[in-house]
This record gives sequence, structure tokens and C-alpha cells, in this order.
Amino acid sequence: MQPTVRLQRERFDAAAEAAALRRGRTDVGAVVTFTGICRGDENGKPITALTLEHYPGMAEAEIERHVAEASQRWPLLGVTVIHRYGRIEPGEDIVLVATASSHREAAFAAADFLMDFLKTRAPFWKQVEQAGDRNWVEAKQSDDAAAERWRKPKIGDAAE
Amino acid sequence: MARVTLRYFAWVRERIGKPDEELDLPADIGTVDQLTAWLAGRGEEYAYAFENRDVIRTALDRRHVRRTATIAGAREIAFFPPMTGG
Repeated sequence: MQPTVRLQRERFDAAAEAAALRRGRTDVGAVVTFTGICRGDENGKPITALTLEHYPGMAEAEIERHVAEASQRWPLLGVTVIHRYGRIEPGEDIVLVATASSHREAAFAAADFLMDFLKTRAPFWKQVEQAGDRNWVEAKQSDDAAAERWRKPKIGDAAE
Repeated sequence: MARVTLRYFAWVRERIGKPDEELDLPADIGTVDQLTAWLAGRGEEYAYAFENRDVIRTALDRRHVRRTATIAGAREIAFFPPMTGG
């Protein structure tokens, strides 16, 4: 499996990316796509835009390491991760994780795993523009907790 | 003395006032913790950036490390707040 990992300023087409994962093949029985979207509010107040800063070089490497781990844990037939950086306005897509497998369990679990690690380990930082102010978004403990649950092998985890 | 590239991101970058710099580190700095303590003593902007050293994350040559990690041999050392991507 040759995964696709892209960091880009430009918008992406989530439907086209998902379609590309299965085009021309009949072994794929499940495609899961997760799209993270810029909301129009933060802490209950409207926002003008988000600006995403990233660490070029490390961001790609860190995502690729987690994609490699996901493909060791689950029988995946394809993975696409796209993360945007720069200024993003409410309603625009920020991140895409698409996974393909023969059966749904692997595709669901791998997409969930990859998103939890993108939130907590991929070097990106969000700054929010709100009423003329610019503030860095604080990391959420709930995101750390979500990532932590993958560290403990679970009973019935077939790929372990 | 070891010459390294330091890189700063998000509010660490803003507080220090630059995205990166090359520095010669004293030979007695062995760990990430010792490096942040030394940097915090370099001036007001560094003291401000590293005032709460518990929250600052570190990468050595583009890999996450703990504060107790040894920096020997690292060429690029990055400091940044907890990540908020995705």
C-alpha cells in the first residue's frame, strides 16, 4: 500500500480523494472518510478565520510515521491524509483522513486512530481570529485522552 | 561547543521574536531540560517563552522527545506549545 500524505495551503476535494482510493479495484469493501471543517465559532463566540501554522518537514514525517503504524495495526488497502495550513475561513475543510480496507472495522478504526494522533502529535497550531483579536487555540485534554486509549492493546484487537 | 539550529513555533516563536536561530551550546548542556533552563536565562523574551517549561514540547531532529532526553548529536532542536491540529 502506498499511502498519500499531503500538506497544502489549497483546498481539497474530499469526495474525489475517497473515490481515488477505490478506483479500478474490487478488493476494497469499505472506505471511511473523515473531514475536519472550520467551525464559525470558538468558545461560543463567532470567529472570522483560523490560521494554521505547521513545522514543515516534521509534520509530514510525523503523519507518515502514524500512517505506517496504522497499516501495521489494521489490514488497510489505502490511506490518504491531507492537512491544510495557512488561513482558513469558517465552512472550509481543514483536514481529510480517508482509509480503505476489505471490511469496515479496519477502515473505521484506522481513521479514528489517525485523527486522534493528528490532534495530539502532528506539529500544527491553530490561531483563531475573533473580533479583531488573534489567539492561539489551547490544546484539549480530551484530545490527549482520546489518543492515549490507542496505547493500551484491547482484547479482541485482531491486528495486535 | 556544539552548533545547533533552534526552531520556535506558535506562541513560543512570537514570544522569542524569531522563528529560528543558530547557536553554539555550552558543552555542559546535556538534556532538553538543561537547554531550556539555559535559554530562559538568555534574556527577557526567552524567560517569557520558557516561563512555564512544563507545557513546552520539544523535537530533536524532527522527532518528539521528553524533557529528560539527551540532546547529544542533535542538529535541529524545536520548541513549541502542545499541538492543536486536526
